[in-house]
Amino acid sequence: MTKTISKIYAGLIYLFLYAPIFVLIIFSFNDSSTMSRSVWSGFSMRWYRQLFQDRLIMEALENTLVIAVVSSVIATALGTAAAIGINGMKQWKRRLVMNMTNFPMVNPEIVTGVSLMLLFVFFARAMGGISLGMGSLILAHITFSLPYVILSILPKLRQMDPHLYEAAQDLGCPPVSSFFRVVLPEIIPGVVTGMIMAFTLSIDDFVISYFTSGTTQTLPIYIYSMTRKRISPEINALSTLLFGVILVLLAVVNIRQSRDQKKELEREGA
Amino acid sequence: MKSKTAAAPYLVWMVVFILVPMVLVVFFAFTDQSGAFTLKNIAGVGQYSNVFLRSIWLGAAATAISLLLGYPLAYIIAHSGVRRQNAMILLVMLPMWMNFLLRTYAWMTLLEDNGIINTLLAGSGLPKLHMINTQGAVVLGMLYNYMPYMILPIYSVLTKIDVSVVEAAQDLGADRRAVFSKVILPMSTPGVISGVTMVFVPAVSTFIISKMLGGGGNLLIGDLIDMQFLGSAYNPNLGSAISLVLMVLILICMGIMNQFDEGEESQGGMLL
Repeated sequence: MTKTISKIYAGLIYLFLYAPIFVLIIFSFNDSSTMSRSVWSGFSMRWYRQLFQDRLIMEALENTLVIAVVSSVIATALGTAAAIGINGMKQWKRRLVMNMTNFPMVNPEIVTGVSLMLLFVFFARAMGGISLGMGSLILAHITFSLPYVILSILPKLRQMDPHLYEAAQDLGCPPVSSFFRVVLPEIIPGVVTGMIMAFTLSIDDFVISYFTSGTTQTLPIYIYSMTRKRISPEINALSTLLFGVILVLLAVVNIRQSRDQKKELEREGA
Repeated sequence: MKSKTAAAPYLVWMVVFILVPMVLVVFFAFTDQSGAFTLKNIAGVGQYSNVFLRSIWLGAAATAISLLLGYPLAYIIAHSGVRRQNAMILLVMLPMWMNFLLRTYAWMTLLEDNGIINTLLAGSGLPKLHMINTQGAVVLGMLYNYMPYMILPIYSVLTKIDVSVVEAAQDLGADRRAVFSKVILPMSTPGVISGVTMVFVPAVSTFIISKMLGGGGNLLIGDLIDMQFLGSAYNPNLGSAISLVLMVLILICMGIMNQFDEGEESQGGMLL
């Protein structure tokens, strides 16, 4: 009895979560003239064709990918070094730095966006050069991804035997190569997770980009202007494609994770 | 590892891109256009108290509803078999991976006066409902976008509750209701608290959902800030003052929430 009720309940919540997404996907294949978003008039791929011919969308996509790649690589490098440094800190100092790290995650995004906008505009005025654009977007994206990178690496460092690094050095391995040959292999799952997280956060970000982009278009910013200006089923086609990409990415991450878990289980068993 | 210098670039980064910008917000909030000290901006925030109250009210409503709807689901998931659990949690997270502008846009399609819900209603002979551009639509948008943030932390706390504690309560004669209210609910408070903050903070500071689903009439704090920085009412000084008040408000809320959480050092609890 209670089992049936809980099944129905879960089903209803999932219906709530997925109904809009299915509606988007179905209507991306709708062969309608632009005005109606909700009358079905036959199957068509025209919005997909139109999507790929839209130069502005393709440009926005390119910007988004460039920003995501550059910012996630830099954030991962900085964040890995930071996590190692934080891991070696004394109690009170670590707590201070961790509080600072958590701050951008609890601060409302809009405030972070506005504060970065002030910074970029203020310095552009003072130095008479760089203003809002690709550069400021990349800097902003690195800033909001860093905490997530650090938080995904720190647990791995804590699990690691601190003597491994010392042992490598005792055996005559110089610090840099003992990092790459001993430490990095131990924490690599955390590093990769952090990088994937930084990448997806960057692709998905709207609020902070909105305030730091100037006239540069990223995909979320373009989507925003599309929803503001006109009714276009191209958005539906775009969402369907993005959803497909996300499904594939998620499947890859999940396979990785279950492989990791299996490895860990094997290691514990051995 | 003695690698204290490894964190140095990061510390510099945080100072330049987190601390300095925050100082700038405070600076702009307390100065006028010429850079002279003034309290005019902070005092000016007072005239928008109705907007603040509306944001808090709608954000709190969305948070309360997502707790009421999300807790049972988290409970159901936590008590399913392992394989099923993973699938169900993945299904909760999946919509979060879709751009939230698109998710909100989807609701526009559904809620419009000539939208899908109304088409269905008309098709089955029922009267049409006016849903878009109402406060209800804004709360629905918040609920839809942020409910996963409520479900995930509650779920992760529920799965960590030791079964033997529940069994002990049952052995001592507690019935189902007592087990829930005396054991499970108190032990899941940390999850509830992080869920509540993770829903309330973005909900109260949103400006997209109100714009897309609330029409022009349901201005929220986020819209106000947007207007001062990128909109018609360009005034970064007033905008900074509003941002500062919003930030302080949220820090106070979180401080109060943390009072309920007995000093457990939270790890952020972020799930990918």
